[in-house]
Amino acid sequence: MENPIIELHGLTKNYGAKKAVDNLSLKISKGEIFGLLGPNGAGKTTTILMMLGLAEPSAGEVIVCGTNATRHPIAVRRKVGYLPDSAGFYDNMTALENLIYIGRLNGIAEREIVSRAQKTMEMVGLGAEMHKKAAVYSRGMKQRLGLADLLIREPAVMILDEPTLGIDPAGIRDFLHLIRQLSREQALTVILSSHHLHQMQQICDRVGIFVEGKLLAEGNLETLSGHLFGKDSLVVQVSVREAVAAPEVLERQLRGLDGVNSVVTTANIWELSCHTDVTPDIVRLFVQNGLNVTCVHKKEYGLDEIYHRFFENNVKKESFQWEVR
Amino acid sequence: MGSPLVYFNSLWPKEHTYSPFEVMVRKEVGDHIRSWRFIVMLLLVLFTFAGAMYVSLTNLGKAVQNVNDPDHVFVYLKLLTTSDNSLPAFHIFISFLGPLLGIALGFDAVNSEKNNGTLVRLLAQPVYRDQLLLAKFYAALLLVGVLFLSLVLLMVGAGLMLTGVPIEAAELFRILAFAVLSVIYVGFWLSLSIGLSVAFRHAATSAITAIGIWLFFTVFYQIVVNMVARAVLPDPASLQAEQVMAYNNILLSFFRVAPSQLYTDAATTLLMPSVRSLGPLTMEQMAGAIPAPLPFRESLMIVWPQVTGLLAASTVCFAGTYFLFMRREIRS
Repeated sequence: MENPIIELHGLTKNYGAKKAVDNLSLKISKGEIFGLLGPNGAGKTTTILMMLGLAEPSAGEVIVCGTNATRHPIAVRRKVGYLPDSAGFYDNMTALENLIYIGRLNGIAEREIVSRAQKTMEMVGLGAEMHKKAAVYSRGMKQRLGLADLLIREPAVMILDEPTLGIDPAGIRDFLHLIRQLSREQALTVILSSHHLHQMQQICDRVGIFVEGKLLAEGNLETLSGHLFGKDSLVVQVSVREAVAAPEVLERQLRGLDGVNSVVTTANIWELSCHTDVTPDIVRLFVQNGLNVTCVHKKEYGLDEIYHRFFENNVKKESFQWEVR
Repeated sequence: MGSPLVYFNSLWPKEHTYSPFEVMVRKEVGDHIRSWRFIVMLLLVLFTFAGAMYVSLTNLGKAVQNVNDPDHVFVYLKLLTTSDNSLPAFHIFISFLGPLLGIALGFDAVNSEKNNGTLVRLLAQPVYRDQLLLAKFYAALLLVGVLFLSLVLLMVGAGLMLTGVPIEAAELFRILAFAVLSVIYVGFWLSLSIGLSVAFRHAATSAITAIGIWLFFTVFYQIVVNMVARAVLPDPASLQAEQVMAYNNILLSFFRVAPSQLYTDAATTLLMPSVRSLGPLTMEQMAGAIPAPLPFRESLMIVWPQVTGLLAASTVCFAGTYFLFMRREIRS
C-alpha cells in the first residue's frame, strides 16, 4: 500500500487488567472506505478515540496524515472529522446555528461561514429543515446533521462510529449512499465502525474484523473469505431435472475440473466446493452429459458467513478454555 | 446598503476569525442569558437590590445626620449598608444569594454536555480540553461581573440623582472593590459547582451536592463550631482577659473557613471605613485611637487576607476540576 493516510503500529490500550485493544497494526490508504467490524465491546470506539488523540494508548502509536495523534491531537483533529455513535446537538439552538458553532470552532472566517453552513446543509439534504431547532430533529436527521458537521470542516478523513444505529432501513440506505458518494466525489477517506454486516458489505472497500481488541482479519470481501474459508471459498449448487444415470462417472469428471475441491450429491442436487470460480465449466460439463439443468446457484461467502465463522471460532475457544479449567 | 448597521461593519471585520476560546465564551454567554435559571436568579438579585436600596434610602437621612458615626460623611457607602433591621443590607443578601448564583450557573456545565452527547463531539474539534473548562468559567464570571458592576453603577447613578451629593474617589474605589469582591465570592462557588459537574455524572446530583455544601456553610457550620468549642474549650466566663482573647481568636479562625464569613468580613470592612480590625482588639491597642474612617488603602490591607483566602479557595476548586477533567474518559 502506498502512502497510507492512517497507520497504527502495535496499538494497545489497557483498562486495568483488561485489554481493550491488543497490539493492533493497520494501514488505511487515501480515498478508501474502511469498515471496522466487530461485536459490541470489541474495542472499535477505543481505537477510534486513540486515532483522534482523545484517548492515550498504553503502547504503540497512531500516525494520521503523517502526524502522531497522541502527541499532536489538535493538528490531527484539524484534518479528521469524527461523528460519535451518540452525537448530540444543542437543543436550544437551530440546526444551522449548531453547524455554524462547529464551523467557528474550526476557524472558518466569519465572512463565509453562514453561506458555507447553508451549502453543507443542502448537501446532506437538510436544506428545508435548517432553521428548525435541533431538539425536533429525528434520529436520521440528526445523523445527517452530524455528517454536515463533519463536512463543513472539509476533512481529509471522516470517522463515523456506528452511523446507522437507530435509523430506519430506507434512511440507512440513503445515508450510506450519501457517504459513498461524498467519499468518491471528494476523495475522502472514510472509516466506519459497525456491527451490521450487510451495511458494511454495501459500502466498504475493505473491512477489518475486530474481536476482543484484536484485528482478526482485514481485506476486501474476496480476500477475507479466501483467507477464512481457505480453499472452500465458493460453492456451486446445480439442480438437474432427472436423476443422473451414472453419478460416479460424472463425479469423477467434475473432480477432474481444475478448481473443484469436493463434490457432494443428494438426489438431484449437486454441490461443488471450489477455490476458483469455474461455474461455466461445470455447467458445460452437465450439458455435455445430456443433463437437464434447472437451476445453478453460486454461493459466495458474505460477511455474514465470515463473521459467524469468526464468532463460532471464538465460542469454541471459550468453551475449550472452560473445559481446561 | 439599506441598513444603517452597515457603517459598523468596519468595527467587526468579517474576515476576522475567532479563536476557539472566544467562540465558546460567546456561546456560553448566549446560553446563560437565554436560560430561565439565569433570568430567575437575575430577578432575585434585582429584587433584593431594589428592596435593600429602598430601605436604605428611607433611612439615609437619619444615617447621614448621625454625627456619632464616623462614617456618616460617606453617603454612597451608607446607601449600600444602611438598614432599619426590617431587611438586611445588600452585601448580607449577596453573601447567601451569591453562592446560589454561582451554583445555578455552573452545576451542569460539564455533565449535561456529556449526557447530551455534545461533549465528545465538541472535543473531537481542534480545541484543547482546558479551553472548554476555562470558557465555561470565564463566561459565567463575565456575566456575574457585568451584573454586579451595572448594579453598583445604577446605585451610584440613582444616588447622584436623588441626593445631589457628588461622589468621592475613595467611595467609588470602595464600591468598585466591593463589586470585585462579590465577583470573586461568586467565582468561588462557580468553580466549586463546575468541579462537582465534572465529578458527578448527573446534573441533579451535582446541584444537590453544591446546595448541600452551601447550606452547610450558611446554616450548620457556625452551630457546629460553637458546639465543638463549648465541648472542647473551657467556659470563657472562667477565663482571664488574655485567655478570652485567645478563645475568641480560635473561634474566629474556625469561622473563617466558611467562605461566606470571609466575604461578609471583607465587604463590611470595605463598605464601612471605620472598621479597623476584623479580630478582637485589646484595650492597649485601642488606647489613643481616634474613631475616624480609615483610608481606602488601609481598608484594603485589612481585607487582603480574606480576598486571598477566597481566591485561593477558588483556585483550589478550579485546579481540582482541571485535574479531574483532563484525564477523564470522554465517551458516554
